Amino acid sequence: MRLFTHNMLSSNIKGVANGFPLRIEAEQVLEKQVDFNPDFLRNLFPKLEWKALVDGARALGYAELPEAADSSMLESEEFLRKVHHALLELHLEEGALTCPETGRKFPVNKGIPNMLLHEDEETSLQLPGSLGSHMLVRITGKQ
Amino acid sequence: MSPKTAQIRLVSSHPEVYEPCDDSFALVDALLADRTNILAHRPRLCLEVGCGSGYVIASLALMLGQELPGVYYFATDINPHALRVTRETLDAHAVDAELMCMDIASGLEKRLAGRVDVMVVNPPYVPTPDYEVGSEGIASAWAGGENGRSVIDRILPVADRLLSDKGWLYMVTLTTNDPSQICLLMRKKGYASRIVVQRSTEEESLHIIKFWRDSDIQLDTKENVTTNKSVPARAMDSLVSQFPQLSFWKGTNSNCL
Repeated sequence: MRLFTHNMLSSNIKGVANGFPLRIEAEQVLEKQVDFNPDFLRNLFPKLEWKALVDGARALGYAELPEAADSSMLESEEFLRKVHHALLELHLEEGALTCPETGRKFPVNKGIPNMLLHEDEETSLQLPGSLGSHMLVRITGKQ
Repeated sequence: MSPKTAQIRLVSSHPEVYEPCDDSFALVDALLADRTNILAHRPRLCLEVGCGSGYVIASLALMLGQELPGVYYFATDINPHALRVTRETLDAHAVDAELMCMDIASGLEKRLAGRVDVMVVNPPYVPTPDYEVGSEGIASAWAGGENGRSVIDRILPVADRLLSDKGWLYMVTLTTNDPSQICLLMRKKGYASRIVVQRSTEEESLHIIKFWRDSDIQLDTKENVTTNKSVPARAMDSLVSQFPQLSFWKGTNSNCL
């Protein structure tokens, strides 16, 4: 699991307000080289929660990211290379993600986080206004 | 050189994971048929919900890969075995995606909302008793509840939430799922639709539908879809014309397993 994915994941347990960011406990971290693509990083940057990335990178043993960042820094290749490494080249292979509000741990095995909830943790599945099969428009057949 | 898709001999397997079948091939054929458009669309984030063996997400990554570097692929499945198999399938094809075990996209809905440019779904669409829906293991790949719609009807609002303004959804449906009604429901959410591939086998009639946001569609937020009268005549004509053979198609309850 890469840190960009970590930046997009949240705990969806019933009653949890934010559930983000998940706290990383790392048992095994892998590094895999990926082609450097500055445009891709510039596009992703506005979507990032920076502090979650900094803390996540530190949990994976990488402490080179600055505490704060803004879009003006995207001009610097040195900065982009650090973001590239943190976001795309570090992988949490074994460990856990902990919900910041409930302390519930989601295991990560072979790089795959298991975010499945137990039945009593799930919010109601019927969202208001959901596209239920009770709706009656039918255009099949020729009445 | 024709665009590459995943090779069956390189797709991994497990007794509890759905193997690539007619529906998977039809979905990949739809993506291939629309590949030029997808390349021009320049997606950044792609998501497959219910990746199973990994055949579809590996094919998508292969067919876009060379010409579109820097696309980030996510794939989810509710079956942990499926994700292991998908990982092996991706590795065998030297492509990559981020894999997560979750129900539809439950852990991504907050942070990934409005950011997915291409979403592909081969949902569990086979009509089954409702109690079979969400079963563990391979049954989660097909058990679709009443009319095969239980899971599809939960996926549609998630897709609406996750898709970016320019986002596209490709979804497999069976005639029994009442695809024209699915299109009407999505139309109420502002989506246009078209059938990219339709295919009839001995067992089932499949169509792969593409959905995209269309600013020309008037959003009808107050009125519930309860009668034919609330649907504009032009919309009806357009939808009916897409399903010319609908009244002749037979739905069946069988999958190809």
